[in-house]
Amino acid sequence: MAGRWVLRIGSLVVGLVLWQVLTATDAEVWLRFSQLPTVVEVAQRFGEQVGGADYYRDLGNSLLRITSGFLLAAVLGVTFGVVIARSRLLGDLLQPSLEVVRPIPAIALVPIAILLFPTDEQGIVFITFVAAFFPILVSTRHAVRALPTIWEDALRTMGGSRWQVLLRVVLPGTLPGVFGGLSVGMGVAWICVISAEMISGQFGVGYRTWQAYTVVDYPGVIVGMITIGLLGWLTSSAVELLGRRVTRWLPREASA
Amino acid sequence: MSVVISGLGVGYGRSPVLSDLSLEVRQGELLVVAGPSGCGKSTLLRAVAGLVPYTGQILVDGAPVRGTSRERALVFQEDGLLPWRTALRNVELPLALQGVPRAVRRSSALAWLDRVGLSGFEGHLPRELSGGMRQRVQLARTLAQQPSLVLMDEPFGALDAQTRASMQQLVSDVLRETGTTTIFVTHDVDEAVLLGDRVVVLGAGEVDVHRDAILKAVLA
Repeated sequence: MAGRWVLRIGSLVVGLVLWQVLTATDAEVWLRFSQLPTVVEVAQRFGEQVGGADYYRDLGNSLLRITSGFLLAAVLGVTFGVVIARSRLLGDLLQPSLEVVRPIPAIALVPIAILLFPTDEQGIVFITFVAAFFPILVSTRHAVRALPTIWEDALRTMGGSRWQVLLRVVLPGTLPGVFGGLSVGMGVAWICVISAEMISGQFGVGYRTWQAYTVVDYPGVIVGMITIGLLGWLTSSAVELLGRRVTRWLPREASA
Repeated sequence: MSVVISGLGVGYGRSPVLSDLSLEVRQGELLVVAGPSGCGKSTLLRAVAGLVPYTGQILVDGAPVRGTSRERALVFQEDGLLPWRTALRNVELPLALQGVPRAVRRSSALAWLDRVGLSGFEGHLPRELSGGMRQRVQLARTLAQQPSLVLMDEPFGALDAQTRASMQQLVSDVLRETGTTTIFVTHDVDEAVLLGDRVVVLGAGEVDVHRDAILKAVLA
């Protein structure tokens, strides 16, 4: 066990050392490492930023955008997914329009978002929402359709109503599939919130990262990238953890 | 509760699974429906439960079956439990659906779990129980529901011989004790003879036999 940890941490350390050596010696091996900041420079820049107020305001902005867009997508994605899978009428009514919009990458909606919404802020939340909405919708729809009919039959022969079937069988039974969609949705939501911030944001981690690039603050760019990575990892883990908690009934290997 | 079925037909798509079936179940009787796989035994139960559309007539206490009802409980061969609910909460479920207050349904569910010999397993999820235990939970759930008619679809088909024997004893005891009318489907002739007040054999024209007649035939 200890040996594996040595290996894991060791590989990280080797990566960092390699980065430091290549950038500090201004190596030019086709890739131009001379252009990139060193590990030490990035660490220093990180230290400065973490000590200042701007960093946290950007963090707060991005987190607020992603949570609003993602929560909206979760609620509407699950609702529409269930409705489309369970009702033929509503499925026929809604699915064509949704299928037309679905293949369009959310980030391609930026011009529309700018035209449509009074503020950039709302536009960014909209883009984030659209990005997360479709994976959640599709996973929910599949999960509802794949639900074993025996559970519904059991509830109905207990005298359960349509509504009770929905609340006590369909929603809990589809949670594993829904959480698959939520995980994917969170990933694409980050891609889109950062891109949208780079294009039209004021404040936010994406905006700050692009800003750093335009003012030739390359260590700042790397700090932004690392911050985005950390935020993405943190929010995905939160979704993952919540998913595990609510689907504890699934058969799972003891070691997982 | 009595059941009168006449001219029953059920078809999935073009080919009928059941056609022109007639039989009768008397109040408090345990009727076994036997027959080979694919002869429509399960379909018959699903029609009486109100889960599938049918032609002909199914009268339960004189009223035609339309849709499902808590008066007609269905016990499945396996996996009829909701996997995210503990044994106790599975047994409580039919009562919860009826709006029975928490304390009342809890004590009732605990009593039924005890009756099927599962005290101490209340907090277990279905996946933590053996196949036999899961079927006992399903039985407890059905009994907690207090239906007038119990429809059992090869409930012990997947169990080993020993578990099966003890479950048969339990079902026979409890259902007779509560005077619940039962239609029990099986493809196992021994089980049919052991449990049934009367046995109906489906497929190749219906044969309605009294238990004594079968016993005589088996012993001869």
